[in-house]
Amino acid sequence: MKIKILGTGCTRCNSLEKTVREAVKELGYDVGVEHVTDFKKIMEYSLLMTPGLVIDEKVVSSGSVPKKDEIKKMIKTAMEAGK
Amino acid sequence: MAEQKAIAGAPKAGCACSNEAATQAISRGRLMLWLAAGLAVWILLYLAIEPGASWLIYDLFKLDRTDHLAASLAFFLYEAPRVLLLLVMVVFAVGIVRSFFTPERTRQMLAGKREFAGNVMAAGLGILTPFCTCSAVPLFIGFVETGIPLGVTFSFLIAAPMINEVALVLLFGMFGWKVTLLYVVTGLSIAILAGWIIGRLKLERHVEDWVYQVKMGETADTSRQLDFPGRVYYGLDAVREIVGKVWPYVLAGIAVGAAIHGYVPEGLMASFMGKDVWWAVPAAVLIGVPIYSNAAGIIPVMQALMEKGAALGTTLAFMMAVIGLSLPETIILRKVLKWPLIAAFLGVVAAGIIIVGYVFNAVL
Repeated sequence: MKIKILGTGCTRCNSLEKTVREAVKELGYDVGVEHVTDFKKIMEYSLLMTPGLVIDEKVVSSGSVPKKDEIKKMIKTAMEAGK
Repeated sequence: MAEQKAIAGAPKAGCACSNEAATQAISRGRLMLWLAAGLAVWILLYLAIEPGASWLIYDLFKLDRTDHLAASLAFFLYEAPRVLLLLVMVVFAVGIVRSFFTPERTRQMLAGKREFAGNVMAAGLGILTPFCTCSAVPLFIGFVETGIPLGVTFSFLIAAPMINEVALVLLFGMFGWKVTLLYVVTGLSIAILAGWIIGRLKLERHVEDWVYQVKMGETADTSRQLDFPGRVYYGLDAVREIVGKVWPYVLAGIAVGAAIHGYVPEGLMASFMGKDVWWAVPAAVLIGVPIYSNAAGIIPVMQALMEKGAALGTTLAFMMAVIGLSLPETIILRKVLKWPLIAAFLGVVAAGIIIVGYVFNAVL
């Protein structure tokens, strides 16, 4: 499983990265979190607003910082679907 | 659906608590109650500002009404809470309206629109769609990829930052509804016409080449269909985020405005921001473009300067240049636009603002 944060260095992008890292830690999963800042790569996910949250190559949120519980739920769902 | 209604409406409370529809109905009712209570508190606070401020200044501090300090303090204590309260209310309401608009939907609405009608629509949607400067690049590419004309995309990108709820509240709070309306109408016209002109100039080749090579797939609209409580929370989030960010600027802006109000002599500004100073408008725009301040900080200062003799057109032009055009946005857009297109964008919008400034100095 792979989690990517699509951001351009904006405040909300950084706060999303922080929240995601906390969520992963609290869940106790061993998952890599990557912060993508290259516009060309970001646009491959065809979102219109940053920050974007990508779990297993699927955009699950864009333009907002979801609450930590919501992020945990998203990660859990993806984890179970991946098994 | 009918069955659920029957259960929820049943007088027996025994099993209704486990029924999802029923619990939702309760939380919805409670939410309405909270909203009503919030509105009541808001109105009480608003009504308390004027007597509260004058009690503080004249009864508690025992200041004289003709004193400079009293004039400054009265200005601050009256304007600051009023503008902050207005800000909370308007940002909440606009947040709820915005929850109906997403950039994805806006893009769908703009796709395949004719040039002029497209410019008008794009400028209008620019006000309503949630937008942040940091998303300007993905949004630009997303629009261009869908085949939305360059000029129409620019109408959106000009209107979105220039006409925002913080600016509107500050304008309304400090200048009143007439100047606010002037600002909105002229701002929209500039966005529409500047976008249209940029479209006519046929500058498509000055978009960075990599933009056209991006292969965007189907955009997944990740926004969920929100129910009523969801929209209320969206509005509250907007209040937390926006008011939480701008309140220090509001206070600082009003404090500077208050100092000018109390201490700067009448008519001082007339000599260099007055009606008869022919170079004032272009100078205001030239200074305003690189300055990056949000509306919250600049508007109270401009209101105080206008009281001291600055002309309305010059003031309006300066505010539009500061709020609508910013160096950070230009630098971000440089990633997708080559210099000639950046120059055209800045030049056309700045020219529009200068014309607006001269027109209002001449007419009013």
